[in-house]
Amino acid sequence: MGALLSALLSSIRGGVHPETRKFLSAESPIEPMPIPALLRLPLQQHIGAPAEPLVARDDHVLKGQLIARARGPISANLHAPTSGRVIAVGPFPAPHPSGLPVPTITLRPDGADRWAPRLPRLRPEDAEPEEIAARVAEAGIVGMGGATFPAAVKLTLRDRYRLHTLIINAAECEPYLTCDDRLLRERAEEVADGAGIMARALGVTKIIVAIESNKPAAAAAMRRHNLGLGHPVQVRVVATQYPMGSEKHLVRAVTGRETPARALTAELGIVVHNSATAQAVHLAVRYGEPLLSRVVTVSGRGVARPANVQALLGTPVADLLAHCGGLTEDPDRLLLGGPMMGQPIRSPRVPVVKGTNGVLALTRAETRKAETMPCIRCGACVRACPCGLTPFELNARIQAGDLEGAAAVGLLDCVSCGCCSYICPSNIPLVQGFSFAKGKLAETESRKHQQEETRRLAAARTAREEAIAEAKRAAMARHKAQMAEKKRRAAEEAAQAAEEAPAEPQEAAK
Amino acid sequence: MITAAASMSALGLGLGLLLGAAARKFHVKTPPVVDEMERILPGTNCGQCGYPGCRGAAEAIAEGGAPVTLCPPGGRDVALKLAEIVGVDCSGGPEISGMTDIEPQVAFIFEDHCTGCTKCFKRCPTDAIVGAAKQIHTVIWDACTGCDACVQVCPTEAIVLRSKPRTLQSWYWDKPDQPLAALRTGAA
Ligand code: SF4
Ligand code: SF4
Repeated sequence: MGALLSALLSSIRGGVHPETRKFLSAESPIEPMPIPALLRLPLQQHIGAPAEPLVARDDHVLKGQLIARARGPISANLHAPTSGRVIAVGPFPAPHPSGLPVPTITLRPDGADRWAPRLPRLRPEDAEPEEIAARVAEAGIVGMGGATFPAAVKLTLRDRYRLHTLIINAAECEPYLTCDDRLLRERAEEVADGAGIMARALGVTKIIVAIESNKPAAAAAMRRHNLGLGHPVQVRVVATQYPMGSEKHLVRAVTGRETPARALTAELGIVVHNSATAQAVHLAVRYGEPLLSRVVTVSGRGVARPANVQALLGTPVADLLAHCGGLTEDPDRLLLGGPMMGQPIRSPRVPVVKGTNGVLALTRAETRKAETMPCIRCGACVRACPCGLTPFELNARIQAGDLEGAAAVGLLDCVSCGCCSYICPSNIPLVQGFSFAKGKLAETESRKHQQEETRRLAAARTAREEAIAEAKRAAMARHKAQMAEKKRRAAEEAAQAAEEAPAEPQEAAK
Repeated sequence: MITAAASMSALGLGLGLLLGAAARKFHVKTPPVVDEMERILPGTNCGQCGYPGCRGAAEAIAEGGAPVTLCPPGGRDVALKLAEIVGVDCSGGPEISGMTDIEPQVAFIFEDHCTGCTKCFKRCPTDAIVGAAKQIHTVIWDACTGCDACVQVCPTEAIVLRSKPRTLQSWYWDKPDQPLAALRTGAA
């Protein structure tokens, strides 16, 4: 029945149907959380250059105050999520599998939650598209589905492409996650308005909200609020299939058109934004509120009370878990994001950031991890790969150390969705190997670049030293010439003197 | 005066011609592989290989007197490329596979030991050290090749080489356990 339904709905090639386990948190309304004792705000919560801190230790900041400014065109502003005192600006473990320290602003909230003056309101109905994009940039909004690309950059695409459609991505194909589902159910009006505002910035009139078929309540809520800034907001129910939420795959499911490899969907005239991003845009433009918090799904069997929490940016994962009743047992894996593409973290001290849509504590029973067996060439991974790759071949080449060979058969087109690893009957860690290979290739590339730079620097230094030596030689030559001139003159004078008084030297000679 | 200038220039011209002729007559043609290898080597002339500069090293390899693994800052990548040129079989050659684990190194200056003598600053082949007389010097890691030149000249031993700190941008996952390796350990 489910398969039949998926066949009728727009689906994608390949993909898998993991158990969604969304029931754990789907019926918990979005709840606020008390302000935690400390907030940790990494300067880089987005793709691009890290922001530049504007505060120092012991500064007092107000809620919504700009505390770090975007550096360069691809970067994002950061604001204080509440009022309080800055107690440190320095390295702190990143919410990342490596746990490496990254520059972080640590804020101790004062509990007053006092607002700084908000950004002036914009009336989107008569604001210029550029004004809207500038406001979105000012508010520090990034893609909140997890990609964290600065949203404002994606709103200025109309300069370079002829656009016609805005797709709001509410597919939420990752198992467990329910934050977008809840957002649509509870704040559909705000999402629709945000979508309308973004459509105005992009200069398009067609707005489609794509929702997977397993979220009928969200689709119904969205249908009730089907106007965004006067433009109709169309709801499109797509098949429940992983990875439906991948931008290019969603575009294919909704429009039937394929985005070229390593190109933007804008090439087809389509821009995709996440539904949480749309809501953040609504708040920024209508109310002048920068991005200060986000909805996070806290779930997994290891959590006592799975929930959807409106958490301030910088809230430590440990506080979030404690708010949800704590852990019932020692989790096998602690993940940020969904179980398919989420990143394991080493310590619950790391903070929630702009792209964190879920915090999952998975128990041993939930993390299927059987022993790895040799590949039996069953082809299941090939059928599952939504990008049309041959994962077993990629894997064989990577294991043989032939990374260039893997790149030649499409390694760089892999979106790391994990379908292949999920489906493999031999439990081969396919996508894990691809992540390694991509990182390794990038490293080789950067080493090559660095070697060229080294050569350039060394050549520049040699040139400079030669120029200095040349200048010295010239100075020396000048000096010598002067000395010679002086000597000659002295000799001439001496000769003249000798002519004038010839008797004396003769006497001396005697 | 005029005679002096004239004789000097005549002398210079004569000697110059002599030198030019000698260069032609005694010209040693370097094999093109030397140029090719010189282009692969870092070009910093740091001298860690024990030859006078990168060109010297390239010549030594071409003559067969030096191993392709001679360049520490170049690391494994350079060794592999050199091996490709000179045709050394590098599939599992012990020297090259032994190089795999060398992490890129960078110099680090202990600030309380730095006297601002500017020796390292003058010696760095890539201008990766910034500083001035009687000021604490520091290293720009992006430009440092870990060539060791500054460590050698520092009079207070304030400089050490450390592995280059990893960042979120340069970090990546380890290679997962291979299926065959997994089986082998299972059998053992
Ligand atoms: S090869 Fe990449 S894109 Fe294809 S299924 Fe595996 S992870 Fe997904
Ligand atoms: S799914 Fe696993 S066993 Fe089957 S072909 Fe792919 S890698 Fe091999």
